[in-house]
Amino acid sequence: MSGHAAHNRHPRLLLACLAPATVFFVVFWILPVLRLIALPAEKGWETYFLVLTDSRYMWSMINTVLLSLATTVVTLVIGGAVGVYLARRRFAGRQVLLSLLTAPLAFPGVIIGFFIILLGGRQGWFADVSSAIGMGRMTFAYGMIGLFLGYLYFSLPRAIASYTAAAEAMDGQLEEAARVLGASRWEITRDVWLPQLAPTTVACGGIVFATAMGAFGTAFTLASKFEVVPITIYNEFTNYANFALAASLSIALGLVTWAVLFLARVAGTASSGA
Amino acid sequence: MHAQSQKPAPFLFLITCVVCLFMFVPVIISVMAGLVNNYRTGLKSGLTLRWLQEVWSVYGSTVSASVILALVCVACTLLLGVPCAYALARSRSRYARAFEEVLTLPVAVPGLATALALILAYGDINLLRQSFGFILIGHILFTLPFMVRTVSSAFQRPDLLAIEEAARTLGASFTQRFLGVLVPAVFPAILAGMLMVFTLSIGEFNLTWMLHTPLTRTLPVGLADSYASMRIEVGSAYTLIFILVILPILWLLQGVANWVQKRYGN
Repeated sequence: MSGHAAHNRHPRLLLACLAPATVFFVVFWILPVLRLIALPAEKGWETYFLVLTDSRYMWSMINTVLLSLATTVVTLVIGGAVGVYLARRRFAGRQVLLSLLTAPLAFPGVIIGFFIILLGGRQGWFADVSSAIGMGRMTFAYGMIGLFLGYLYFSLPRAIASYTAAAEAMDGQLEEAARVLGASRWEITRDVWLPQLAPTTVACGGIVFATAMGAFGTAFTLASKFEVVPITIYNEFTNYANFALAASLSIALGLVTWAVLFLARVAGTASSGA
Repeated sequence: MHAQSQKPAPFLFLITCVVCLFMFVPVIISVMAGLVNNYRTGLKSGLTLRWLQEVWSVYGSTVSASVILALVCVACTLLLGVPCAYALARSRSRYARAFEEVLTLPVAVPGLATALALILAYGDINLLRQSFGFILIGHILFTLPFMVRTVSSAFQRPDLLAIEEAARTLGASFTQRFLGVLVPAVFPAILAGMLMVFTLSIGEFNLTWMLHTPLTRTLPVGLADSYASMRIEVGSAYTLIFILVILPILWLLQGVANWVQKRYGN
């Protein structure tokens, strides 16, 4: 309580500490974003709803949401499996493997797009294999599959890191008890692992989904035929100088992303409080 | 660990192997492609450093620009973030919580939207638009929440309150307490925050691509350019340079995180 009393004596000091960051943030984020939010109104109120009314933009949004959802589900399942495995094994080089698996977290999306081109592009590994077995040079990099694999690539490290940490902290006695009582592997997974990993699943799922929604670099490098909202925004802004529309789509994208993160946090508080 | 945990789990083992292949094979292909004379013929064409040299002559400036930008970004987030983290850790008002929430928005909202907002608001100021300062602002907005969160939770340690109180009773001024007592006490967290900010800044693309100009290019911007316009060997060599710059920082970050864990427990 001494700290509480102390801060009451020095509210001005705390405000002074807060001031530089606040000024910077208001000038360079709050005000510009308010301007961005107001911009579509200049072209008429209907501009805000183009993402719902114009089929092209609506499909771009549906594509993005579905792709992000698929990425999230597959990332959580695979990342969870790898995390549980790595948390429960002790072998030489485990730490190194874990740090190598999480290193791609620091790669910009463009590098991951390039990796997908190396795997499934016109000069890619998959094209070599498919032509060797007489099926011609097949590619998958420039469509939905390439984009999905790219998103999976930058999402998996986060899930693996979170699940490994969470699974290391799991209560082994619960599992032991379930085993003694004759539970099958599947029952242990469903009734012992999943509930204990639920807070990680919710938190990690929210972040993976939000990152996938806003990802730009990967789709940009792949020049993907499967159009996602960040690319649509970029095209409207740079190629057509349609600022109001780009702003409107940015608002829609920001709202969806923020809402999912917010829901994940609410659900997270509920699941860890239970 | 528990005895039962070493029971064979063939299914999990298989998934782990496939994931490792998926994560490592592209990196290996890329590193190899950057070091051989000809990507199509592979290792048989012989090893060379000429692609690395070519990258260095064409894009060398982007590497130094990115490193300097990341260092300045770290310095700025320190100056803005550490006092802010202290205030947030010591204040119990609702407004402080709300402020912390709002401060994290640039991470939750896609970078493209933040970049667009900055361009619409300040893009007309040529002096700013054409300097690295414009990119720096974007990077600070994006990285500041990470610094504030990390350091703020360290400032909340209960033993720090007692130390701070003791220093005050002994007559230390606020500046003395802050720089002489508090900052050294949370130094590992500050270091972790600095390394995190450096990593995020050097790899940032979503904001940077919108904010850059032909004269202000960072490493990821150069990468995107090389992937679109250069041969695959050059793009690979450039990727290798990025990995060589970022890996030591990541290992350092991991080391610091382990050190913090050991020293303060969880």
